[in-house]
Amino acid sequence: MSSRLAQRVLMACCWAAALLLIGAVAAVLGFLLLKGAGALTPELIFGEAEPLAALSGRAQVFDGILPAIVGTTALVLLAVGIALPVGIAAGVYFAVYAPAGLRRVLSLLTDVLASIPSIVVGLFGLTLVILMHKHLSARVYPSLLISGVALACLVLPYIIRTTEVAIEGVDQETRLTALALGASRLQNIFKVLLPRSLSGILSGCILAIGRCAEDTAVIMLTGVVASVGLPGSLLGRYEAVPFFIYYTSSQYADQHELMQGYGAAIVLLAICSWLFLLAWIIKGRLAGLAFRRV
Amino acid sequence: MRPAGERLAEGGLAASALASSLVTVAILLFLLVMGLPLLRGGLILQLLGGGWQPDQGQYGIAPMLAGTLLIAPLGLLIALPLCLGVSALVTVLGQNAVSTFIRGFVRFMTGIPTVVYGFVGVFLLVPLVRELFGHGSGMCVLSAALLLAVLISPTMILFFTEAFAGVPESYRRAVDALGGTRVQALVYVILPQAWRGVLSGTIMGMGRAFGDTMIALMIAGNAARVPDSLLDPARTLTSHIALIKAADYESLEFKSIFACGLVLYLITAVLAVAVRGLARDKGAVR
Repeated sequence: MSSRLAQRVLMACCWAAALLLIGAVAAVLGFLLLKGAGALTPELIFGEAEPLAALSGRAQVFDGILPAIVGTTALVLLAVGIALPVGIAAGVYFAVYAPAGLRRVLSLLTDVLASIPSIVVGLFGLTLVILMHKHLSARVYPSLLISGVALACLVLPYIIRTTEVAIEGVDQETRLTALALGASRLQNIFKVLLPRSLSGILSGCILAIGRCAEDTAVIMLTGVVASVGLPGSLLGRYEAVPFFIYYTSSQYADQHELMQGYGAAIVLLAICSWLFLLAWIIKGRLAGLAFRRV
Repeated sequence: MRPAGERLAEGGLAASALASSLVTVAILLFLLVMGLPLLRGGLILQLLGGGWQPDQGQYGIAPMLAGTLLIAPLGLLIALPLCLGVSALVTVLGQNAVSTFIRGFVRFMTGIPTVVYGFVGVFLLVPLVRELFGHGSGMCVLSAALLLAVLISPTMILFFTEAFAGVPESYRRAVDALGGTRVQALVYVILPQAWRGVLSGTIMGMGRAFGDTMIALMIAGNAARVPDSLLDPARTLTSHIALIKAADYESLEFKSIFACGLVLYLITAVLAVAVRGLARDKGAVR
């Protein structure tokens, strides 16, 4: 390694690796944008229906991805709505209260939860349905609600971890000042720790939204279908953008349906990139830490 | 004595932490309950060792196990040198425009939806592999492993670069003082010091590779038999779960997906515990 040549060769290999990886991703994105740019029209989303009429519910959308977009939005709101309060509370408990021994056990379990493949989490949701169907009520079927609960389990560890990391990022002096002045621990949490770590928690929340929006494996076992229209109720089936993309890739009948798949893929990519940028602007460094736990 | 409201709130926080952690246990229990009939009477051995021939009443998951054990490690094998190269480059370059761009790009990659990779893979990579090798449909182990390598790279690179950056600055300065170059510092000092982080990142990438569903489902072809070559289609444990469409929840065919779920759960849990162990050892040494 002392020779200049060996060092040069090594560096050349590193450059080649970087160019190869970036080139591969650029090829994927470029291919998608080039082939799919033509699909980005109002018809992609609204089909034959008048956009304003479709948005206000006066016209039904048959040949557009509006129902899938609405379904994904409902799903994200539901899952993050469940996971956020529980996850932040758990993260606060880990960072502020948990005794070392208990914390080690519980955070081990959280780490394992973060590592469980999403399809297995989906299987958990399906099992929930089967058991409830058998023992609780015969009217329980895979639905938006079940998907939301299962997805909440999937993103819970991210939210816990970002909250924990964000609170521990507050420097020791600041953490202790209010306590020394006679504030209770709870006052300290709400008046000092949470406001100070808000940007970190927020970026974790945005990443969780992105994870919910792009996940396909959990929802395909827990209630998503290819075509059902706008989601009607929490206990009903629904459409979602990532499932639409998957379904189109294997089941498209003609060029028009294929182009819809390209369009939907660009829409999903745009949503996820936008969320990613938002999280990065809010807190670049913490975002990286959270992703490590993928 | 603290006010009641305070104690109530604290109880709520503790309950949330406990509930979140118990989800992990609940998932395992549910899988066990549903898969229990399989564990009795040696049926599990038949399942794990046997082939998948539903028309002959054979519901073994051995082909899926083979598919997973082929595609995931192959993806990792492709990704590992790439990720080491990229991380080394970023580290050697230090803080300049190129390395900032690469770091940003890698972070951005974590945000790309898996299903988008899968979709483009079907229409770009699969035809490419088909034309290049002139064998089969192009939906095969190799195509899936290639795409999987791209998918797991950002996780690994983020781990690697962080491990490299964690080596104390004074060590690098010592190399500088001895007249060593940045490349020499990387090879002789940083890599040996950061091996734990490199191992953690590799295990993390492996976990992602084992757990991925959409790439294998969309790209690997899903044939439920042991592939003879890298250009043959294969089905992974994850896509087997995704593909099952049994109407009868009591059938053996349906039960087999819980065996797949259990195997996946155990593999990824062991990997997660290994990563934690590595992190804790490091803490103990310091």
